[in-house]
Amino acid sequence: MVDTDSYQIVAYCCEHCAYGAADLAGGLRLQYPPEVKIVLIPCTGKIDTLMVLHAFEAGIDGVMVAGCLPGDCHYLEGNENANRRIERIKNLLEQIGLEPERVNMYNLSSAMAGEFTVIVEETTNKIISIGKNPLLEERLR
Amino acid sequence: MIVAEQKSLDEIKSLIGSANKVLVVGCGTCVTVCFAGGSREAAIMSSSLRMSSKLDGVPRNVSDVTVQRQCEWEYLDTISKQVEEADIVLSLGCGIGVQAIAEHFPNTWVVPGLNTTFMGLPLEQGVWAERCAACGDCILGLTGGICPIARCSKSLLNGPCGGSEDGHCEIDPEIPCAWQLIYDRLSSMDKLDVLMELQAPKNWQTSRDGGPRKIIREDLRLVGEEE
Ligand code: SF4
Ligand code: SF4
Repeated sequence: MVDTDSYQIVAYCCEHCAYGAADLAGGLRLQYPPEVKIVLIPCTGKIDTLMVLHAFEAGIDGVMVAGCLPGDCHYLEGNENANRRIERIKNLLEQIGLEPERVNMYNLSSAMAGEFTVIVEETTNKIISIGKNPLLEERLR
Repeated sequence: MIVAEQKSLDEIKSLIGSANKVLVVGCGTCVTVCFAGGSREAAIMSSSLRMSSKLDGVPRNVSDVTVQRQCEWEYLDTISKQVEEADIVLSLGCGIGVQAIAEHFPNTWVVPGLNTTFMGLPLEQGVWAERCAACGDCILGLTGGICPIARCSKSLLNGPCGGSEDGHCEIDPEIPCAWQLIYDRLSSMDKLDVLMELQAPKNWQTSRDGGPRKIIREDLRLVGEEE
């Protein structure tokens, strides 16, 4: 169930980079906004339009996708292919009537724990400035 | 395969109008492999419609189902209950699928979610190109397996025309000149003499010019099923 009071952001993190960076950030006791919930994916190439749409339909306020640095994808081009899919998702959101900026893609390596916390903060601030997802029943009323 | 593209959500919403119970029907064959109307696209469409309608303040009850082939009665029979319960069917099949639904379910209002575009092939993932115009009297045997009807902008049978430049068509430099392709292929296979043979004018009656077409194979018809 989605908590309707606080912002909810899903971070789809590739296990070869962003997930490691998040893990390292935890190990280093670095703080980042609690609105972001991490979902482990094998590669950002796994990002699927339907999966992201269903997250928004369930009331998620924003999505961040974090994959390896360009040229460093464990599966060669998964991150770059993901980028193109994100563009389609943004386009769909716009047609649906949601702000395309609710979805953002980042690239980093597993050593970039500090950068990870910066990205998470940046995303959270961006989503808060856009506002909550109006699709949750409770918010529509 | 038949290649199609999705209409915009705005156009689809205006086709649906005020109908509340919407059934999105995908097709598991051609439009699945061109990523326009298979089960994934049907689910994406139905999720998009639900969200968009809700944001418009007129929530609709949208669900989706995909049949193996929308253009065959047997497959449509499997969804007859869902179709009959819906106020409207949004077909993500090609134009044939839409018409099959209209023909099979006389009381159902069906609208197209796709623009059926051409018969062609995927050049690479995400890129499709036209290859055949179903003229009904195939001449690929005279043209080295390259169709001048579908691939020459003017469907010339005696090209190239004066607009062919460096292998490209005058209509659009992105389009390869079909007749240059034909010439190059015949030349590389040492078969240019094929072009020297005189041909009678093409009989366009086998194409659309002869009206809607129909094929009857008596050897395949079943005695009990004849209309
Ligand atoms: S010649 Fe006619 S049947 Fe053959 S590929 Fe061209 S359009 Fe199709
Ligand atoms: S340039 Fe080639 S493809 Fe274009 S119209 Fe002329 S013959 Fe046809």
